[in-house]
Amino acid sequence: MTERPAIDWGWIGENLDLIGERLGEHVWLTVLAVVIGLAIAFPVAVQAYRHPRLYGPVTGVAGVIYTIPSLALFALLLPFTGLSTLTAEIGLVGYTLLILIRNIVTGLRGVPEDARDAARGMGYSDRQLLWKVDVPLALPAVMAGLRIATVSTIGLVTVTALIGKGGVGFLFLAGFRNLYPRATAIVLGLVLSMGLAIAADGLLLGAQRVLMPWTRRAART
Amino acid sequence: MISLRGVSKRFPGAAVPAVRDFTLEIREGELVALVGPSGSGKTTILRMINRLIEPTSGNIEVAGSDILRQDPVKLRRGIGYVIQSIGLMPHRTVAQNIATVPELAGWEGDRIAGRVRELAALFRLDEELLDRYPAELSGGQRQRVGVARALAVDPPVMLMDEPFAAVDPIVRARLQDEFHDIQRRLRKTIVFVTHAIDEAIKMADRIAILNVGAVVEHYAPPEEILRAPANDFVERFVGPERGLKRLALVRVSDIQVEPGPVVSPDDPVEEARRAMEKFGFDWVSVIEDGELLGWVGEEGLRGKTTVGEATARRFSAYVTANDSLRQALDSIVTSRTNVAVVAEHGQRYLGILTLERISREIVA
Repeated sequence: MTERPAIDWGWIGENLDLIGERLGEHVWLTVLAVVIGLAIAFPVAVQAYRHPRLYGPVTGVAGVIYTIPSLALFALLLPFTGLSTLTAEIGLVGYTLLILIRNIVTGLRGVPEDARDAARGMGYSDRQLLWKVDVPLALPAVMAGLRIATVSTIGLVTVTALIGKGGVGFLFLAGFRNLYPRATAIVLGLVLSMGLAIAADGLLLGAQRVLMPWTRRAART
Repeated sequence: MISLRGVSKRFPGAAVPAVRDFTLEIREGELVALVGPSGSGKTTILRMINRLIEPTSGNIEVAGSDILRQDPVKLRRGIGYVIQSIGLMPHRTVAQNIATVPELAGWEGDRIAGRVRELAALFRLDEELLDRYPAELSGGQRQRVGVARALAVDPPVMLMDEPFAAVDPIVRARLQDEFHDIQRRLRKTIVFVTHAIDEAIKMADRIAILNVGAVVEHYAPPEEILRAPANDFVERFVGPERGLKRLALVRVSDIQVEPGPVVSPDDPVEEARRAMEKFGFDWVSVIEDGELLGWVGEEGLRGKTTVGEATARRFSAYVTANDSLRQALDSIVTSRTNVAVVAEHGQRYLGILTLERISREIVA
């Protein structure tokens, strides 16, 4: 009797299409969640920054959403939105909000007051002040938030396997159910999920460096 | 050029107004310093002129038009603004910072680039600095960029709030001198806020000394404030050494220097002795065709027949016509002979200044 190898490379080779499809789904669910999360968090954060009294309630709500266990949330949503991408995204987007709002507000609050004062004194309108001074200068903190949100979303996407999505998380579930070679499926899912997180983080870090040359140059002197 | 009439500002929740019924006229091309202790409302006044703060009541006109009826954003683009902390944009290069207002005004790229180079030259900023970020500059360079940026669209009016306060005294003095020179050429109408009376004396055409609540205690040229302070508050604020401070405002060229004992190399030694006796000195200046060769003393003349036979020794210190009387005074009290020799480039002899001559200037 031959010992079964821990990793069944043959199986992986035969199922590359399936794995690629799941990886694509993983990326898509993550990008969608982070982009929608940012689209919601940004205007909310700008308001919370302009009206400091809003900050407490806003982060409170986002914080409560953040504490809901993901399994429970998807189970709760099932009767309403079914086994759909919508169900997955409601959860995934919800979990990005606290991180993104907090980081954007922190970034905006860190914009040097003298730069804002000078900008207003030189004739920047409120809109120009936001887009040409506040946002670029808040970018390091925003990008930091974006990186955390992206990495944690990539992990969380695997949970949506329970509602028929899950990206590479599908491999965990199938492995547990012995539909695929168990060890191979689980290890592969783990490696792909972690690899994706590391790659996304590196990509965003690279983008941050390109977008913000002044932070690099200043650190050098 | 700028006129404030009955301007008041009471901040919400404040018991007393920061500025109460403030009136001041600023003429075109003059630099007016607002000086006063903290709480005198000087910065508030400045910020009302470009509507970063809205007055509670009163009337402010710039170039004959009521600023309260203008769009504040457009108003500000036409007024240069420099603050103590400079407020350069950390994410924009030096060139981009200087280009800020031209960009807002919609200038074309070539015109902006040309203007940036022009200002860099005016403020002695190396071309290589233009591509750096503010964090890569020294304090003095940042300050220069801040002022250059405020001048970018050549606004007729500038507001400056302690523009040189953030740098060390040596750099500050140099920046003040440089800006003073630039202002003498550009003749902007400038409102300059400072808490340092010495800076105001050095920079301003007129000084408004403000008390708490922006009460104008004295509004006059520096020389006049030093000579005849309007009241005890002004006198105390101007501080001690008023006479010395006034001397700093007068240049050697502004007063008549004395000829002093002078001989030419061809003169006989007796002539030199007569000149010394006449002035009560133990030395004479040796001049040939208006050029200062140096000085000879009694000892050097011994056994000689003409002055030219003696070696003329160079003066170790002299003042130029452009120096202030304060510098001349320093030269007098530190010289062995208690006289300041006035010469141009150490060559062309103009005369001498004595302690007596300078003290006559203080008393006058």
